[in-house]
Amino acid sequence: MTRSNMVNALITCLALGVLLAPGAAAAQGARDALPRLDMSPGELTFDKAGDARTLTLKNTGKGELNIREVRVGPGSDEGFRMEPAQPKTLRPGEKMTVTVRYQPEGEGAKRKQAFGNVQVLSNDPDAKEHKGTTGVQLIKGKSYLLTVMVFFPLLAALFILLFLKDGQTNALRLAAVIGAAVPFILSVYLFKNFDRTLGMQDANYGLQFVHHFVWIKSFNIEFFFGVDGISVAMMILTGLVSLIAVGASWSIKKQVRGYFIMFLLLETGMMGVFCALDFFMFYVFWEVMLLPMYFLIGVWGAPSRVEADGKVRGGPYAAIKFFLYTLAGSVLMLLALIAIYYNSSPTTLVDGTPAAHTFNFMKLTLLNSFTLAAPILGMTFHKVIWVALFIGFAIKIPMFPFHTWLPDAHVEAPTAISVILAGVLLKMGTYGIFRINYQLLPEATQWAGLAMAIFGIINILYGGLCAMAQKDLKKLVAYSSVSHMGFCLLGMAAFTDAGMNGAMLQMFNHGTITSMMFILVGVIYDRAHTRGVNDFGGVAGVMPVYAGFFGFAFMASLGLPGLSGFIGEALVFIGAFKTYTFLTMLAVVSVIITAAYHLWAIQRIHLGPFNKRWAKVLPGNDMDFREGLTLVPLAIIVLVLGFYPMPVLDLISVGMSDLISLVNPAGGASIAMATP
Amino acid sequence: MFSNLMSLHLFVPEIALTTGIVLLLVWDMVFSLNRGTAAFIALASLLCAAITTVISGGATVALFNGLIVRDPFSDFFKIFFVLVTAVVVVISLKAKDAIDYTGGKDREASEYYALLLTTTLGMNLMAASTDLLMAYLSLEMVSLVSYIMVGFKKRNLQSSEAALKYVIYGGVASGVMLFGLSLLYGLSGATAFDAVRAALMTQGEAGMLVTLLAVVCVLAGFGYKIAAVPFHMWCPDAYQGAPTPVTAFLSVGPKAAGIALLIRFFTAGWGAVPGEEQLYGAPWAVLLGVMSAATMTLGNLSALLQSNIKRLLAYSSIAHAGYLLMALCVFSREGEQAILFYLVAYLFMNLGAFCVVIGFSEAGVGETIDSYNGLGVRAPLFAAFMAMFLFSLTGLPPMAGFVGKFYLFAAVLKKGGPFYMTLALIGILNSAISLYYYARILKAMYFRKSETEGPLAVPTVHRATALTMAVPTLILGIYWAPVMDTIKRALAVWG
Repeated sequence: MTRSNMVNALITCLALGVLLAPGAAAAQGARDALPRLDMSPGELTFDKAGDARTLTLKNTGKGELNIREVRVGPGSDEGFRMEPAQPKTLRPGEKMTVTVRYQPEGEGAKRKQAFGNVQVLSNDPDAKEHKGTTGVQLIKGKSYLLTVMVFFPLLAALFILLFLKDGQTNALRLAAVIGAAVPFILSVYLFKNFDRTLGMQDANYGLQFVHHFVWIKSFNIEFFFGVDGISVAMMILTGLVSLIAVGASWSIKKQVRGYFIMFLLLETGMMGVFCALDFFMFYVFWEVMLLPMYFLIGVWGAPSRVEADGKVRGGPYAAIKFFLYTLAGSVLMLLALIAIYYNSSPTTLVDGTPAAHTFNFMKLTLLNSFTLAAPILGMTFHKVIWVALFIGFAIKIPMFPFHTWLPDAHVEAPTAISVILAGVLLKMGTYGIFRINYQLLPEATQWAGLAMAIFGIINILYGGLCAMAQKDLKKLVAYSSVSHMGFCLLGMAAFTDAGMNGAMLQMFNHGTITSMMFILVGVIYDRAHTRGVNDFGGVAGVMPVYAGFFGFAFMASLGLPGLSGFIGEALVFIGAFKTYTFLTMLAVVSVIITAAYHLWAIQRIHLGPFNKRWAKVLPGNDMDFREGLTLVPLAIIVLVLGFYPMPVLDLISVGMSDLISLVNPAGGASIAMATP
Repeated sequence: MFSNLMSLHLFVPEIALTTGIVLLLVWDMVFSLNRGTAAFIALASLLCAAITTVISGGATVALFNGLIVRDPFSDFFKIFFVLVTAVVVVISLKAKDAIDYTGGKDREASEYYALLLTTTLGMNLMAASTDLLMAYLSLEMVSLVSYIMVGFKKRNLQSSEAALKYVIYGGVASGVMLFGLSLLYGLSGATAFDAVRAALMTQGEAGMLVTLLAVVCVLAGFGYKIAAVPFHMWCPDAYQGAPTPVTAFLSVGPKAAGIALLIRFFTAGWGAVPGEEQLYGAPWAVLLGVMSAATMTLGNLSALLQSNIKRLLAYSSIAHAGYLLMALCVFSREGEQAILFYLVAYLFMNLGAFCVVIGFSEAGVGETIDSYNGLGVRAPLFAAFMAMFLFSLTGLPPMAGFVGKFYLFAAVLKKGGPFYMTLALIGILNSAISLYYYARILKAMYFRKSETEGPLAVPTVHRATALTMAVPTLILGIYWAPVMDTIKRALAVWG
């Protein structure tokens, strides 16, 4: 068989096709002559007031195109105006133009961003399923800031994948630092330029830095990034903790390239969760974050080992446990997401296309169509959905009894990943409850308030008691997280100003304080290769700087006034006392437990006689510059917010009061009366 | 309706395939083909089939006096089958257990490719049949050739055993199906789908039981083809024993063909219109729904226990048939769209996973999960592809499998009601369970150390194919609107 034979074969086959195909096409006859509407440009962008833009409508099809109406569609900013166009018929190839002006008046003139759409009603066959409507988006003040913040780490990961090799450790570290630093710097910009006065009643639902377009039209999925105060706080936390975690990743020695690729992917997932405002996108980011986390714990965590009781533990075990728990929760969320979608009222997409259903959080909030939806398996729709969503988020928080993955994952993960887990990942659970449960299903939230509070109390007490029993320092910190996240739950469940703001503040502060604690655990583990609380003693004498930071972080964590941990807890207590007096009194007991395990840990590690076992490793081996660099920024934030929490409270207050008015329309009074 | 001679114009894709088959066999007799040339001829005829499908497609015409139909739905599947076969042709090229190419012998390459093309021809006919007789004939055509392909490793005991089991199960299933078809013929006096339907519409309560019996028997045949519980028993053995490229082929091609025929049987032939699950007084939706729940649950739970990777993927493919049936039993346009999209996603991710298995096995890695230890370090890129395919099979974003699963569940939940809600819940729990066994492969590849060190030499052809499968797996998870639009057009045949 030669090459010429091969060519012959190809020619024979092709010839058959070529000979027969035109006949087939002819047999089938000419297709129907249909009109086709083509609009250019695909979106109209405006820079300043007074701008005018021209939209060209062209018939690129073969039939006559009847244009019934061209109008500025519903939901548009009132600044967008256009001359009404007369109904017109366009022959094939013919075109017409319309002009849209941006002429805001009064308050509107101050808006940085405005969104609108032009709807064209025609007989275009593609528009048939959208009631004959084709839409074009109008944008004033396009912002890519959030998109860059979310996808920059991904780009950095791609860069590493394509251009760097495993041996170039320093280049890899540099790329990772840049990959994490840019989103952080942008988050500072976000913090500075975020207008703290805008709320849900204002234009764009009070959202800022919005980047919004239609992604998959056939399923009404939109690309929708935007932030309110709550999101901004979480994004700053994510940016900061991620950058610090890169700094804490210096001890990673094996497969550094893969590690940083996974790490940066993880950051993209986290950032996306905190600013995605389309439920579908939210879910995608939520899940995307699982994949790198699985590998980060499994590959770079502790190696697999067999415990004394014959159980296999270690990174791989913790990784799959984390993965399965979270996935079990998120598949429930997927069902809830679809159910919410199909029970939403008709609305329009951002480009003006009519949509029977929507994933848009803001539209879902305002339409609020779930209280009347048909029951699921005989139970009230919005309550079932609330529970399904809540379980998904509760696993992440983690709430008792779904918390068992946390001690494993935190302990087996490398230091930097424990920092991310405790600093950011847990907050995704509470953020999700705020953003989805509270915002979309306020009635069901009120119904579930007491249950949330009870679970919060269980978390606080159970987590505290468990922490007291731990012999492994990292496990102790992990259980302290369980306890502290319980405060968030309790505060959220109170539905009062103080309670919910306190919960949010606690989320932020716990992120910074626990990150410090995990870094500190990592510092001593890197030197002694053990984390046994009882294995040390008198470390303060030989590592004074370390002891200083250790004491600072643990005091902040136990809620010492003057440090940030106190304010969150205090606000939660104040807020919850009004609503759940008895439960809050129970929770106050935890203050003693918390103090006990923190102080006891400090005492066992730092005080008393120096354990001679470490005579060769610890003395003269205090924290180095890089380790200090990872701790100092966090310490400053903890200290500043301890005296003056207003930077965070200012940021979140408008968004929070919108949420409060959703879940507690009558104000705190009615709830206080409901529980005498 | 076109007569036989007139139909030939629109039968070009099948003619192109037939030409390929004849060329392969005749040329081999005369010149003795090597595997490269044989694969080239096969690919050329597949390419012709694809081109002619696109050129001559678009209209809905009944061919050969109504035995088969040419419509966008069958065209969609024709392109689908061409893609599947083309990938299998390429990955078989260097697969010792399909074509023994060691020592320059190229054992029976042209026969292998001719058989592959014959199955493709049969699948094309399955997707286009609108007549009970043609449905049966095309199904048998696919089955018969599949038996031979499963037993292609003639001197291998496992392969022969697999083929024998497959034949016996297949024989029983097709016998039962034929019985059901004859009952339908007896009831209606016609074999064309729409004539059968018209006759059944006018029958009273009396015929209901017979109709139920007939359709249950027919379902046995379909169930066997797509490996749905309780007709799945042949599947793990056949998949494990068959040459791996053949396993890859069987797990996607004939399964999709079975689903295509099933959709047409129920939608076009049976007139299953949305909102009418009580067709002719019989609870088809419940029947299929229970079958679906059993299929995915049994598939997933059995997969948990497997230690052989081919067997694991066999059970996983049973589970996937369950997901597909779940959307079918909704009997809605959304359900069918979801099924078609899922099949497209499944094509890329499942063939991709098998491509990785073949590539590793060519590089000397065994078929047990333990033999995959440490491959994440030894073949980083290839293992990363595998991770992607497995995540996609689990249904995690941003992979195509997630979007597919999303559409499936959306279709079921849109229907609503206690039955479908329960079914969706079972489905979603299964989806979570499936993570565990897919993750076992990941765990072996990434978290464990292998006994031998050093990079692994995976053949370029498999690396290239895995990349070609991985790109759509990722892209369809991020932007899939064009594919969905094509699917909508394909299903617009039924309004």
